[in-house]
Amino acid sequence: MKRLLSPKPDDVACGTAEHWSRRSLLRTAGFSGLAWLTPVSQILARAAENGKTRPRSLIVLWLQGGASQLETFDPHPDTVISGGSPAIATAAPGIRIADGLPQAAEIMSDLSVVRSLVSKEGDHARATYNMKTGHRPIPGLEHPSLGSIVCHELPGDGLDIPSHISILPSQAPARGGYLGARLDAFRIGDPVEPVPDTRSPVGKERQQQRLSSLELLDTTFARGRLARLDETRTLHRTNAERALRMMSSDQLAAFDVNEAPAAEREGYGDTPFGRGCLAALRLVESGVRCVEVTLNGWDTHVNNLELQRARNAILDPALAALVKGLRDREIYEETIVLVGTEFGRTPRLNALDGRDHWPHAFSVALGGGGIAGGRVIGATDPEGEENAPADPVTVDDLHATVLTALGIDPSYEFMTPLNRPVPLSEGRPVRGLLA
Amino acid sequence: MLRLVRTLIALTMLAAGFTVAAVLLFAHYAGEEIEPLPPSTAGSGLGATAERLDRAWRSEWRDAGIVPAPEADDYTIVRRLSLALTGAVPSVESLRRLDLLPADADRVNAWLDHLFADQRHADYLAERLARVYVGVEAGPFLVYRRRRMVNWLSEQLMENRPYGELVNDLITAEGIWTSNPAANFITVSVTQDETGESNGPDEIKLAARTSRAFLGISLDCMQCHDDKFGDHWKQRDFHELAAFFSQADLKLTGVRENDSFVYETRLHGESDPAPVPALAPYRPDLMPESGSLRTRLAAWITHRENEAFSRAMANRTWALLFGRPLVDPVDDIPLEGPYPAGLDILARDFAENGHDLRRLIRLIATSPAFHRSSSTGDPGNPVTEDMENAWAAFPLTRLRPEQVAGSIVQASILHRLDAESHIVRKLQRFGETNDFVTRFGDRGEDELSSEAGTIPQRLLLLNGELVEERTSPNPLMNSSTRLANLAPSDERAVETAFLAALTRLPTEAERDHFVDRLADTPRPGRPAIMADLYWALFNSTEFSWNR
Repeated sequence: MKRLLSPKPDDVACGTAEHWSRRSLLRTAGFSGLAWLTPVSQILARAAENGKTRPRSLIVLWLQGGASQLETFDPHPDTVISGGSPAIATAAPGIRIADGLPQAAEIMSDLSVVRSLVSKEGDHARATYNMKTGHRPIPGLEHPSLGSIVCHELPGDGLDIPSHISILPSQAPARGGYLGARLDAFRIGDPVEPVPDTRSPVGKERQQQRLSSLELLDTTFARGRLARLDETRTLHRTNAERALRMMSSDQLAAFDVNEAPAAEREGYGDTPFGRGCLAALRLVESGVRCVEVTLNGWDTHVNNLELQRARNAILDPALAALVKGLRDREIYEETIVLVGTEFGRTPRLNALDGRDHWPHAFSVALGGGGIAGGRVIGATDPEGEENAPADPVTVDDLHATVLTALGIDPSYEFMTPLNRPVPLSEGRPVRGLLA
Repeated sequence: MLRLVRTLIALTMLAAGFTVAAVLLFAHYAGEEIEPLPPSTAGSGLGATAERLDRAWRSEWRDAGIVPAPEADDYTIVRRLSLALTGAVPSVESLRRLDLLPADADRVNAWLDHLFADQRHADYLAERLARVYVGVEAGPFLVYRRRRMVNWLSEQLMENRPYGELVNDLITAEGIWTSNPAANFITVSVTQDETGESNGPDEIKLAARTSRAFLGISLDCMQCHDDKFGDHWKQRDFHELAAFFSQADLKLTGVRENDSFVYETRLHGESDPAPVPALAPYRPDLMPESGSLRTRLAAWITHRENEAFSRAMANRTWALLFGRPLVDPVDDIPLEGPYPAGLDILARDFAENGHDLRRLIRLIATSPAFHRSSSTGDPGNPVTEDMENAWAAFPLTRLRPEQVAGSIVQASILHRLDAESHIVRKLQRFGETNDFVTRFGDRGEDELSSEAGTIPQRLLLLNGELVEERTSPNPLMNSSTRLANLAPSDERAVETAFLAALTRLPTEAERDHFVDRLADTPRPGRPAIMADLYWALFNSTEFSWNR
């Protein structure tokens, strides 16, 4: 008998009656065009609540391939499923993590761990989309990534460089989805290299001549075409001006990790990912809203323990140095750090000592502004008999939690370009994670 | 000694390169060396439908009280067609051949004959259509080969295979995805569980894809509930359509039908799953009574009287040519209308002529809407959005990344870049454009989004490698340098650069501006001036937008 793949109707929350009535309401109100681009922030009056500092930036450390919960934040030493992974105590009382993360252990009072994240996506591309956007993929609509929402809601004032940046992007860098390509992450490689395409290939004088020729061509083109062509349609010159401003901006220095003291650089580890985390810190310090740094290579279907350990050796110093660095600069309370991955790995080892994909209960770590530190949410079965974890947290809930901590109402509905309203997140914030 | 030989060989090659470049360039000025395009008779067969289209648009504009924009010139029309069908601007060589046609020749159809004979048009359209049929993702491991599928589509388009037959092959495909590339339409939907084990083709994905791609109906939401926006579609309709794919199975011998499968699902509000029969969502009279589920579905979809099928392709082809569909979104066309002027005329003609895709393209390309300028030519009375929405002015749309990249490469070579082009050039084009497209940002399946450009795109054109390599002084590769050194006059150098990049001649002010700069520069500095001219052309708004 063929396995039925159609989801049960109530698996997919398509929303309440209120959710659907909004459409007709908006339709009669003549809601159309680009009105859906209005930031929620203008609607939600985000006054500083109780004098608390709101976080304003997000750093996502993205472990592409599926980090093993058992070799990172949810070890079960000395059990049938441990796969040989010991655990170590951390600075947070009662929290033990895998022994591959000794430096991260020292800062665990600044991070909380979710050990009961559940998803329905076991394929890399779909699961990555699910985790990055908080929505499962559906045809005909591309949801914005968490970082794009943050950039859209909390515009970077006075910023000459992009407010959304992806360092060492994988095949699926964070995208703006229905919020528009302008919210796609700006992609850079190893920060030891200069930022791509920000240096003019010719000298100043020739550049000036080129730009004056360009102006002549654009003036010719605008003749008899749409009024306010640039503002209402192409943004061509507007963007060129912003690109030129970025090219000459002092803020570009934030990308350049070579400017950081050698001692600071060493703390992050001599790896592209480590340098990416240092660049993330410097960028957030300069006012950038969201930085995603990717560490590839967690898809350990073979020889799991050794390969996960090798990844941990790169992640560990970078994560610890990043949290300490944010603390030292007194911007940890203004920043959320999220260590995420698309799914976990099977509790039981396969015949090749590997672990396969496991979306049924996996781990993420997060901390910073608005998020409590030193807490654990959920638990998995140490014997691997029970697939479902205690206190499950859905991917939607995780997104709702981060949005709430940032002061963004997760239930706010955007009118998508297809004229269908979609909430930022359909989850409920996990109260236990909020500070 | 060896070094000397190498140097000599290199010098000889360089000299040969110069000679080739000089000959090629010379050919662009010596009319007798270039053959005119062959005249076309294809327009005569379009007769009655073309007239109906003409009347439909003109009466629509009259009734709406809209004064249409003036007629676009021939260069503008062929630029639009080359961008839509080959993903690049026309070559200067081809434009010269167009110029040589007699004054009363049918230039649009001659140009289309020229493009349809070019393998590049099949390759390009195949890629655009593949996005609709299978998306852009790498897809399931081992059982899916996107490249094979695209190559197969390209072969069908090069033969001008009737479109209904092509779609029939996709829906009914059996066998292994490598030897029968159409089967990739089925295998792309295969889901794999956490261990990589296959669950077989997914009827839900296939039904959603089929209805959007071939019928222009978006039923995705109806997977879980009835239509909340209208009364037309029920959740049951979707699952009855999905049931047609439920017997597609994946075996060692590839995709096979397995009639022991029964499709069951639990509909919203029900407590238990129940079998759902395979039924047509409308016009059940067009459904054959016998045959396997997928052959029946394919026959129903591609039936001459299934208007949604013809309408969906007419709307999609319109979108490929204009950059914007007649009914937007392109795959959400109401079954009962009303439709904008022309859609039903095009759809009916498409059905009545055996789903002949080239004929459909010719009809759209010769319609009065396609011949509107995107400018009124009058700064005091510019084009309005209302004019664009009524197709009384050609809508300005942003070019896709591969169109921008392809145009940069084409414009830096004066002769035609075709499938027979020198292999080094082809490899170069492939490598360069791939990297450019990635950095420019490809919207994947969201092909027709009408977004403005982005800052990384501007940075890429202002400072990026492709533009720098294709403009900077290089006598072997770049037309900018060749024009600087070999053009008979400064005026001709500037004119040729404008033709190559923007498919138009410069205005007087533009010509004077650049000619003055050339005239003031001693010979060794001229390649840099021409490089600056090309840089400005590539960075202009006009270059990145379909006008």
